[in-house]
Amino acid sequence: MSRTEKYLGSGVVFPLLLLLAWDLSVRFGLLDARLWASPEAVAATAREQLGDGSLLTALGASLRRDALGLLGGSLIGLILGGALGTVRLIDELLSPLLNGLKHIALFTWIPLMSIWLGNGETAKVTFIALAVFLPVMLNTYEGVRSVDPRFLEVARILKLSRLQTLRKVVLPAAAPSIATGLHLALIYGWLATIGAEYLFAVAPGIGSSIMEGREQFRMDLVLLGMAIIGGVGFLLNTAARRLQAHVLRWQDPN
Amino acid sequence: MTELGTLDIRNVKKRFKVAGEAFAAIDDLSLTVEPGEFLSLVGPSGCGKSTLLRLVSGLDGDYGGEILLGGKRVSGTSLRRGLIFQEPRLFPWLNVEGNIALALENATLSAEQKRASIAEHVSLVGLRGFEKAYPRQLSGGMAQRAAIARGLVNRPALLLLDEPFGALDALTRTHMQRELEHIWKTEGITMVLVTHDVDEAIYLGDRVVVMAPRPGRISKIVDVGIGRPRDRASPAFTWLKAEVLEALGETHAS
Repeated sequence: MSRTEKYLGSGVVFPLLLLLAWDLSVRFGLLDARLWASPEAVAATAREQLGDGSLLTALGASLRRDALGLLGGSLIGLILGGALGTVRLIDELLSPLLNGLKHIALFTWIPLMSIWLGNGETAKVTFIALAVFLPVMLNTYEGVRSVDPRFLEVARILKLSRLQTLRKVVLPAAAPSIATGLHLALIYGWLATIGAEYLFAVAPGIGSSIMEGREQFRMDLVLLGMAIIGGVGFLLNTAARRLQAHVLRWQDPN
Repeated sequence: MTELGTLDIRNVKKRFKVAGEAFAAIDDLSLTVEPGEFLSLVGPSGCGKSTLLRLVSGLDGDYGGEILLGGKRVSGTSLRRGLIFQEPRLFPWLNVEGNIALALENATLSAEQKRASIAEHVSLVGLRGFEKAYPRQLSGGMAQRAAIARGLVNRPALLLLDEPFGALDALTRTHMQRELEHIWKTEGITMVLVTHDVDEAIYLGDRVVVMAPRPGRISKIVDVGIGRPRDRASPAFTWLKAEVLEALGETHAS
């Protein structure tokens, strides 16, 4: 099978057929146009929102929040996971607590967070950071702890200092696991961004424009928001996968 | 750095705890290895030959007696004492060059000298053209050559080899033995080789130390005294082989 055939065969054709079915159903009145905006209406709204800049403003605001939360949450996750994985005492002190905390569902933090941090940007970014922090920390911890002890023996034979061993042996050995954590963080971060926009006070953002669409009973706005969230998620995921494959190219391809 | 010293092992005892019970891995073992000598250690599993090598390398401590190199007590690992393991233990995220370079991390050489030394050792083990290859792209024999280059690049006074060719096929193994002999001659390093292979022990060793288990001790030392390169089919070789095998047989019977 050629590359093109494969793309056509699996990925693109079925969604296009669905789109067509949706369009025809609205056109011929099989679906209520108030509940199901037509693809045309969604496209028109997209054009309009692109034209007046509101779409890019909303997307920019969401991505900015996502990036800040990702940065903060990942950084804390990396540092804490690394410390837990390398320093026995910290592991013994903190691991039971963190293992308990991870069972508290993310969304149950919202009442506390809105009381402590208000409903503005700080609360949103903190919420995203919290969603991101756990997978990064757990995977970093796992990666650092499961470094092959035989590699550590080689480091001793080569007289590497603690810092050199950490930088040249432990981190690269843990890199696949850390990358998995960061990849999950990217996915959770984007989900949490939309969640935060639903749950905290309204401010520009893709999640907020969906809420707006619901309140105004404008399904075109809701569907446009959904399409953009999906598209952004897809792009982030693809970029992460490519980057991961490049950074970890020393690994066995299987 | 290649200032040689006598390796003096005096009354060494090493105990391990297995299931709460102490057992003697090595009991009162004394052995002197002259500078520039090639010494082979053979013996059945559990005779303490690898344990002895790890003690001399400084990877393991906490033993009775004394291990001296050039009159100085061995403590911790040192770049003057190299160790080659049975598996190459190359770092999969570094290519051949990078793996060898990591051994020079703490060497007092300029970047230019390091590059030259790496290139020189790559050729010494016959890996020219494979500098940029990652470990997963190398055959078992090539990976072990890279490991040997990494072990030699610091010009240790003493190179310890723990069954380095044990995992290779017979043909590659014979070839690697010839190359190791060549390296030993050109570099003038003291080498101690642990092996299961009596042929290999006699082919390479100036002396062959036969060890016995429970507790680990020396049962016989055989002087090889045949000129190099050695012919495995010669009567003298065959006769020595019989002598070593007999000594090994006695250790089994006891």
